[in-house]
Amino acid sequence: MMASKRPKSTGDKKNDSADSAGSSTELGLPDDIFPLVLTSGTQELFECRVDKDVTRESPYKILRKEEILKDMKTRAAVSDFHPIKQTVLNYPGEELLLMFDRDFTCGQNFYLVLTEESKKRILEPPVSAREDTAEGTSLDSPPCKTPECQPWVSLGSEREIEEESVRDSRPRLKYRISRVRRKFGAPVTFTDCNAQESKDKYTECTSYDDRKFSIERMEITTGVQAVPTLRSISTQTRWTYPRNMCSQYEFREFTEEEKENIANSENFRNFVNSVVSRFEVAAQQNMIFDVFFNDWQALHEEDGIFGGKVETHLKEYQSFTDLHFTKEKTISDINWHPTINGLIAVSVMEKLSSEGKINGSAKLLQNPPLIFFWSFSDPINPQLLLECPDDVLSFQFCPSNPNIIVGGCMNGQVVLWDVSAHADRLQGTRSAAGKATSANECALPAFQDKRELNTPVVRYCAVSGVENGHKARITDVQWLPENFEISKAGIPVENKAHICVQVITCAPDCCVMFWDIRLPRVTTHSLTERKPKVTETPHLNRSDVPNTFKHLDLSWKPFIKVALPKKGTGAEYSPLKFSLRDNMNDNQTGGSTETSEQNLEKSEGGTEYALLRASSAKQLKPLEDISTRFYIGTQDGEVVYTDWKMEKDNDSGRLLSTKPSHCFLVHDGFINSVRRSPFFKDIILTVGGWTFAIWKEGVMNGPIIHSSCSPKKCTVGYWSPSRPGVFFIGKEDGNVEVWDLLEKTHEASQTQNLSTTQITCIKPWIVPPKQHFLAVSDHSGTLHILEVPWSLRSPSYNEKSNMAKYFEKEVDRLIFLNKRKEMRAKEKKDKEAEEQKKKMEPKMPEKLEEQIEEENLVHYKTYLAMEKVILKNMGLLSDEEPALN
Amino acid sequence: MNWSFETLKRIQTQKGVQGIIIVTAEGIPIRSTLDNASTVQYAGLIQQLVMKARVTVREMDPQNDLTFLRIRSKKNEIMIAPDKDYFLIVIQNPTD
Repeated sequence: MMASKRPKSTGDKKNDSADSAGSSTELGLPDDIFPLVLTSGTQELFECRVDKDVTRESPYKILRKEEILKDMKTRAAVSDFHPIKQTVLNYPGEELLLMFDRDFTCGQNFYLVLTEESKKRILEPPVSAREDTAEGTSLDSPPCKTPECQPWVSLGSEREIEEESVRDSRPRLKYRISRVRRKFGAPVTFTDCNAQESKDKYTECTSYDDRKFSIERMEITTGVQAVPTLRSISTQTRWTYPRNMCSQYEFREFTEEEKENIANSENFRNFVNSVVSRFEVAAQQNMIFDVFFNDWQALHEEDGIFGGKVETHLKEYQSFTDLHFTKEKTISDINWHPTINGLIAVSVMEKLSSEGKINGSAKLLQNPPLIFFWSFSDPINPQLLLECPDDVLSFQFCPSNPNIIVGGCMNGQVVLWDVSAHADRLQGTRSAAGKATSANECALPAFQDKRELNTPVVRYCAVSGVENGHKARITDVQWLPENFEISKAGIPVENKAHICVQVITCAPDCCVMFWDIRLPRVTTHSLTERKPKVTETPHLNRSDVPNTFKHLDLSWKPFIKVALPKKGTGAEYSPLKFSLRDNMNDNQTGGSTETSEQNLEKSEGGTEYALLRASSAKQLKPLEDISTRFYIGTQDGEVVYTDWKMEKDNDSGRLLSTKPSHCFLVHDGFINSVRRSPFFKDIILTVGGWTFAIWKEGVMNGPIIHSSCSPKKCTVGYWSPSRPGVFFIGKEDGNVEVWDLLEKTHEASQTQNLSTTQITCIKPWIVPPKQHFLAVSDHSGTLHILEVPWSLRSPSYNEKSNMAKYFEKEVDRLIFLNKRKEMRAKEKKDKEAEEQKKKMEPKMPEKLEEQIEEENLVHYKTYLAMEKVILKNMGLLSDEEPALN
Repeated sequence: MNWSFETLKRIQTQKGVQGIIIVTAEGIPIRSTLDNASTVQYAGLIQQLVMKARVTVREMDPQNDLTFLRIRSKKNEIMIAPDKDYFLIVIQNPTD
């Protein structure tokens, strides 16, 4: 049997092959091993005891060569290693491998591996042996092994199976049902019975909510699928008729109680506290400094036009002269048409010279005096001519109906014209700038109405009776404004008709007359009176004279005559011009076309003047705020302030006019203009002689401003409509002076010469928005239209308030002046009285010289006594000193 | 009631003040020195304006809040002081 190595069970094959190689020499042992017998003592020494250190599994033991040699030396021949002494000495390595041979395959129980290679081979075979064996198995056909039945290894699945299986938990119940014997074999009916029907057939344990016990499901995992379902549905609604709905609402408000409650609450208090301080700061800030004030812009307004020449002169815009009619004639009055822009009317009359007046009546028939209507569009032909019975000195358009014109004549008659028939023609002139004719309808020259080329002449439609009117030439005519009228007693009452119905005239025959264009209240008496008068009229009714004022023709009478008696003397004032306080039409200068258009509409609605009746004073409400006092400028240069209200004279019971309250002789010549300022209702400008004066109503001491005498007579004056401190003065030598009271008060700020003859009338006019015109007429019959430059027409910053302050200052000055005068007068009187008194005192007898000396000595003595006392009091004099003598 | 009147009088006596109105946050007037129609009109209009102004200020910066609102017009100046529950509106005519 060959010795087979058995390192491991897997290494069998290799070993087998190795053994088979070795087994060829059955008897001979391989070279590299040597069987040994190791006694137990040796085994203990080398720690290779059988079955303890060395077993079947680990049969090798590594011994050290030195220890073997030592053992051999110690035990010499007894050592087990004796037979191999030589081989051990020769062994190259340090360690020898001892193999335990259990089965005694090499003859002994141990064997010693003698070579290094074998040793290595034994110790390190496993890896290569295994691989070889693995290869070996795949190469060889695997032997089929039937899997052996392994015992059951429970992994815990019996429990589940137990749970799932169904078993009888108890033995099955068996019931045996038997019936009565007699029913044996009888058919049986089995029915089903619902257990729930009768309660006693069953008992149930219903579930109930156990209060003490509740399980809350904290989390559920559910799957949800959401699918939108789409459906189309349509319905038909009934569309009823549309309705306007409105709801009324009002503001939410608190009741008084609630307000009180809130106001008393704590919250409210806190709020007010916190907020008030903020406001005080803000309000004071506003007062201290105006943050939003634009200095730059304000500067611009004061400076005027910057850069280039500053236009200050009145530029000549147009001038009108009619060669046929106005030769050797003068213009007495100018009036702009209130509604139509660019239309101006002038009244022309004979130049007033004494010879002319005497011979005047003869010229009347040759050349009837006319009022010309000029339009800017046609400088050669006048638009309309009004025929006058006599030279008209003053006329005015009716403010409420510009087709009615009233005028006052040289002979004292008041004349009325109605130009409604030609209103279209006049209107057409506004738009036809540059066109020769105003009519647009006829284009064919041959068929043009010849009348349109010729200026139409309109005759007056009513004139007052010569005996009823003034006895002297009427110098001023004014319409009363439409908001009030005057009753018979002179009391201003409200005007229900809202059209101008009354006219005031004045003449140097010392009265001011009030006329009404309506008939007085109808009484049967007057009716009968009137009729015969109508038939008696010598004038034939011409076809082209409108009948508007037929009722007044020749029978027109003033209803109030205001006489102007002078104080003290029995004489009277002879008024030339007057000015009312509340007459808004006095200074109508255009720019406000709205009100006049309204009036036009009213009048176009058809006011039949003939049908108007003066209402009884009792029915109308008297107006309190209309002042009945007015200023009059007289022929002698006096300015009279009087009242037109009639007083009842106690003796005779008649209504008499009151005596004028104030009269001032200021001007050196007759007064030719009395004009109210359009900005201040109580400032009046009077022009007369060589000076002009400005008055303030209410200040009765004198004029607040009185100009110095100018070298030439002042012939006319008028305020500027847009600048409160500017007015125009016309002079005898044809100069127009522009006075700016804020600039210079001692002389005119500007003078411009317009013609060689004196200026007779100045009237400014504003064509909105920007054109300001000045119509100036002169004695030679030419009408000049001037354009007012920007510097003269636009007011400077705060001009009105500055002017107001200036006037106040002047008033104060006047008052002061008067006070001083009084004071001086008083002083003078006192002084005179004193002087008088002195003179009147009796002369004292002369004293003798001795007496005088005695008196002096007495005085001296008293003086010394006094001195002593004083010094004593001051402590400067001691008591011991003797009194000086 | 008197006390709050007096405090308001202090503002009223300032130069140029035309009217004072106190309204709740909803715009219902509590006290006013103007006539009823004007008061109610001012209250309604200004309340909306103040709301808008407040929202504007706060949106830009949530820490911020409206303390005072002044509207300057040609003729006068309207000053509004809003609070949590009430507004005070003062209409003033500045120096002129």
